[in-house]
Formats: sequence, structure tokens, C-alpha cells
Amino acid sequence: MSSPVRRLPEFDPPPKPATEIVTSLGAGRRGFFGVVASVAAPGGAASGDLPAAELERRLLEMGFVEGAKVEILHEGLFGADPIAVKLDDMRVALRRRDARGVMVRTGI
Amino acid sequence: MSAALELTSRPPPIESPGLAAPLRVALVGNPNSGKTAMFNALTGSRQKVANYAGVTVERKEGHLTAPDGRKVTVLDLPGTYSLRARSPDEVVTRDAVLGRLAGETPPDVVVCVADATNLRLVLRLALELKAVGRPAVLALNMIDIAQRQGLDIDTERLSRELDMPVVATVATRKRGIEDLVRTVETRATAPGAGHAADWHEPSATEIRALHRDAERILKACVTPPKRPDTWTGRLDSVLLHPVAGLVILLGVLFLMFQAVFTWAQPIMDLITAGFDQLSALVGASLPDGVLKSLICNGVIAGVGSVVVFLPQIMILFLFIILLEDFGYMARAAFLLDRIMGGAGLHGRAFIPLLSSFACAIPGIMATRVIDQKRDRLTTILVAPLMTCSARIPVYTLIIGAFVPRREVYGFLSLQGLVFFGLYALGLVSALAVAWVVRKVFWRGASEPFIMELPAYKLPDPMNVARNVLQRAQIFLQRAGTIILSMMVLIWFLSTVPFAPAGAKGPAIDYSFAGMIGHAIQPVLAPIGFSWQMAVALIPGMAAREVAVGALGTVYAIQGGEGASSVLGAHLAHQWSLASALAFLAWYVFAPQCASTLGVVKRETNSWRWPIIMFSYMIGLAYAAAFVTYRTAVALGAG
Repeated sequence: MSSPVRRLPEFDPPPKPATEIVTSLGAGRRGFFGVVASVAAPGGAASGDLPAAELERRLLEMGFVEGAKVEILHEGLFGADPIAVKLDDMRVALRRRDARGVMVRTGI
Repeated sequence: MSAALELTSRPPPIESPGLAAPLRVALVGNPNSGKTAMFNALTGSRQKVANYAGVTVERKEGHLTAPDGRKVTVLDLPGTYSLRARSPDEVVTRDAVLGRLAGETPPDVVVCVADATNLRLVLRLALELKAVGRPAVLALNMIDIAQRQGLDIDTERLSRELDMPVVATVATRKRGIEDLVRTVETRATAPGAGHAADWHEPSATEIRALHRDAERILKACVTPPKRPDTWTGRLDSVLLHPVAGLVILLGVLFLMFQAVFTWAQPIMDLITAGFDQLSALVGASLPDGVLKSLICNGVIAGVGSVVVFLPQIMILFLFIILLEDFGYMARAAFLLDRIMGGAGLHGRAFIPLLSSFACAIPGIMATRVIDQKRDRLTTILVAPLMTCSARIPVYTLIIGAFVPRREVYGFLSLQGLVFFGLYALGLVSALAVAWVVRKVFWRGASEPFIMELPAYKLPDPMNVARNVLQRAQIFLQRAGTIILSMMVLIWFLSTVPFAPAGAKGPAIDYSFAGMIGHAIQPVLAPIGFSWQMAVALIPGMAAREVAVGALGTVYAIQGGEGASSVLGAHLAHQWSLASALAFLAWYVFAPQCASTLGVVKRETNSWRWPIIMFSYMIGLAYAAAFVTYRTAVALGAG
């Protein structure tokens, strides 16, 4: 995916076994799963046209909160975008661009 | 649900119910929680649909009488995930709950409708409602599905945690509805059930805190289902498959297009024939004169031209409501988001645009499936560029008269190719205009696309029927009034003043339409239009296909069997090929439909958008006809 995986230092998990990786939901492929580690809309113009704080609140309201289980179930045909994810016990569709701020902790 | 019974066994209010003002109840809930089904179960057919003052948000209100005789007014508020309003619909919900909606009496009780199988998000909304302090009741709807899944809900605990009574319901089967009404009545009069409204928009931190609280309550009160729904996952693996999903979607859209286009036709023919008969019947019993012309050609023809759209609108909304209730609409938006997004349109815009191939009026009405105001306006603006069925008679006439009947590459009919080209031109320009609107006028205003994919559910036939009938009623009421008045206006322009006795030319030539046609002819001369063409455009504003009849009138061709081919032959003599092509180009773009403009006025609640639509379409039509005419003349077709 075009969006690079951005690390947000303040939300990084405490140093733990190296088997834990935190990646952006927006960069995940089909089958990607894990637990939401942090939600923060990436700043800058590329994050869509909404103020970052607003996007963050919308993600939170849809249930993308720290601790929620996510799994990418389906991808769109063109550019594998948007994505359909299982979020705890609901299903949500969103564009990868809007999903970039959702950081997911995946175990290996 | 023993808790619900317990909660409703409180004594009824002491005051005499007959004298009390009606109890005002507002329904709030997440999208797809069965809120509309609940509204239908509560109020039955005693519903009224209008708009909220000053906004285009639909206002649904209904009435019922409680078992003890008390009158209850129910307001169905737009679905929302939180009170933090993000769209005009959600602003209405927030303001209604907070009691600050202009022109509305604050509700006495808020009923929060929850899908019992999907409680997480609605619990947070319920906590928000609790914080607002208005008396509230939680309706655990679709409890039958929850029970079938083996989902256990501790309603007593839930009621304690949320500080509001909890009632289990199955709205589609009217189960628990009486309980709910009783509980609402008790709640309205219970002391200390509400405190002063104190609300502020929650910050991200507060949303997180609320969510944690909701999560805690969920864990404490709900045991996960023993037999969870597996159908949704299984269906999704086919319906959301990148390739198979799109193929199925195309099949669904094709079926819908066919239905709107062909199933409606016999009924539409019947309606047309019926109104023609009525007109003839009334005409025979009236003396010739203005009154007869007004009633037959103005009122009856005007009403007929509105009612004739009804079958298409009902079939279209039958499909839309079925797909919405089944849970497929969100999937279709998912599949098409990238494709529509390329033109700056929302994934949900495909339904209105597809419908516009039949007629822009149901198409524009169908833009209600788009939540965001800007996305909706863009879709409304480009909908009339899709080639509607009313253009077909015009295209058929001109193509039949001017395009030679021969084949290209041995198997393609040239006439068919031109026809297809006109369709494609309409589609491409609609996408182009949408793109321009997005890039130029609403730069950087794209909304995020985050949408719940609800669990699939079988639509309830009664609910579907009620909602389709409601759409039909809304169309007749709202569109009917404005379209009818425009029809009468156009009749007036094309009839008055009358031709003097013994006049040689066609009667329309002496009317205001004739005068306007002659007056604007110099403006239309550069695009190759004769004064006859200019005059035919005026009554053609009633509907595009009327232009065919109007041309017949101007050239004084008598109607009847084969009039169209006679007219075609006549036009082939009178017009140059360049003029004919320019006329076709004009009809691809021109806003030659007063009804469409009327519906846009109704749907946007202002004259601004129909005026913008009219201006840009006239501009495009003139430019397209000009380029076509000049190019054709330069190539020697003048």
C-alpha cells in the first residue's frame, strides 16, 4: 500500500518480546489481524480533508478503540481499497486512507 | 423478560389521562437498529412525513393512543451513532434530544432503540442520553434473534447501569410494544427521571471513557451468543468478493434497471391511456374554449404527466428498501466506492444515478440514501445528465429522420451507434461534471468513508410495503403540487393569447410561447436553430418528449397513426443535418424538464440549486450544440 507505516512513539507499547509488532490497519492485507494499540488520525494534508481530531473521534465512535480486536476480511477490487474489517463482533467498511491512524498490535 | 414486566408494573399516573397534553416521545438509535420498524409498530398508519423547518431532513411523526386512553405523539429521529452531530440529519437528532430544535416541543421521553444482537455502540449512545438527563427508555429490539442466537442479556442489571427502564421488543412482530408504551408513560411522570440538560460535545478522551464504560456494562450484562450468526460471514465471502461481488452487484443493478424500465411500462401505458380517456370524456362534455383547454390540456394532462412516474418510483423504492433492509446497500457502497470515488461521488450515488436512466425524478428522490450533504448535492446536480427515458422519443425522431439506416463494419447499425453514443455522452459528462464540482467548488471537502456493514436480515414484508407506499404518497404530495403548477404555467404560455379567427399559422405561434420562441431565436441562431425549433423548446419544458408533439404542432402536422414518421420526413426536408445534430446535442444537456427542477427545489428546500442546475445545463447545452453545429457546417453538413 502507498501509505507508509508510521510509528507514533508516544503510543508505542512498552518494550516487550520482539515478536510483537505494531502496524497500521491501513497497510494491512486480507487476513491481517490483531488488537488496536492506538487510534490517532495522522496529521497533515494527506490524512483526508477533515481535521485529524475529527477523524479520530469518528473512528472511536465506530468502535475503533484501544483493545478492540480487528481482522481484515475483504478488500476492494481496485487498489485493494476500501477494506471490510471485523471489529470485535461487528463489521465495518472503511477506506485505507481513513484507517491509517488505527495502529494494530499483531503477535507472530 | 421478567425485568421489563417488573419495571412496567408501577402504578399508572394519577392525573386524568384524557385531559393531559399528548405525551411526546422521540425514537433515537443507531442506523439498522430497526428504528423505523419500531416506529411503524407503534404508530401503524397514523404517520405524517414532512421536512423539519428550514432543513431538508425528513421529519416523520406518528400518533397512537395508549391503552389507558392517553394520546402519544412519536417522532422518528434520524439514526445516529452519537449525539455529536456530523450531518444535517444528526444535527436534527441532537437538537431534538436536547430540546433546542427550533419549532419543536422537546420530547417528554426518549426511546433508545437498540439491536439486541449488536449492543456495543448503542450502549455508548445510551450513556450519552443518560448524561443529557432527558427521561429515557431502552428498547432491546430484535430480541427474538438474540434469543435464537443464545445471547443472554441481564436486563435488570442493564437497567440499573444505564439508569433507565429496559423493555424487550420485536418490532416487526409487534411484541413488547404495549410494554414499551406503558413503560414510557410511567417514565414520563416518574419523579427524578430527568434533570436539566447539560451536554457538551465529547472530546476524544471522553469518547474513549464512554466506550470503556459501555464495554464494562456489555461484559457485565451480556453473555456472548452460543450460536452466533454465521450467515453474514458466509454471504459476505461471496457478496464482498472483489470479482464475484461486483458481478453479483451488476446483476442486481441490471435487474433493477430492467424492472424500473420495463415492468413499469404496461402500468405507465395504462395510466397514460386512462388520463387520455378522462381528458376526452371531460372534453366532450365541455364547450370549446379556455376552460376546456385549461382542464384537458393543463390540469388533466399535467396531473397525468406526474402520476405516470408513479409505477417507476414505486418499483425503484421497492428495490431500494429491500436492499437496505436486507443489509446489502452498505455492501454495494463498499464495492462501488472506488469506482464512484474516481469521479468524486459517494459509493451510494450509484442507485440515484442508475434510476436516472429511467427518470431523473425518482433518481433525485433516491439521493436520500446519501448522508453527506455535499455528496448528495453533487449527485442531485448530475442526475439529470443521465439519459432518461423521456429523451428516447426525441432521439428516435431525429435519428430516424437524419441518420442513414446503414451498417458499419457489417453488423453495427449506424442509428444504434448514434443512440449509444448519446447515452455514453450523458454518462461521461455526468461523471465529468461531478468531478469538476468536487475539485473546483468543494475543494478538499471529501468525507471519510467509514460505514457499518450490518448483519444480513430478512426484510419484513409489511414494513417494506408500508415504506414503499409512503414513498409513493410523498411523491404525489410534494412533487405533485409543484410539478402540476409548472404544467399549468406551461399550458398557459403555450395557449394564451389565442390565435385570431382565420389565422393561417399554427395556434402556438400566437401564444406567449410563440413570442418567447421568436424572441430567443436570434440567440439560438448561432447553434443552427430555426424559429420553429425555438418555439418547440418552450412547451418542451413540460417534459422532454413533449418536444416531439410540439414540433408537430409548430409544423402543423396532424397527430394520429404514423404522425411521427410523417414529422420525421418533414423535418428531414426542413432542417439541415447540422441543425439536427445540434438539436440532439442540445437534448443531451438541456434542462428541458420543469418537473426535475421542481423536484430539486423540493429536495433541497431552496430555489438556489434548481437555478444552478438550470444555468449549468443550459450553458453546457448551448456550448455542445454550438460546437456540434459549427463542426458539422465546417464539414459541409450545413
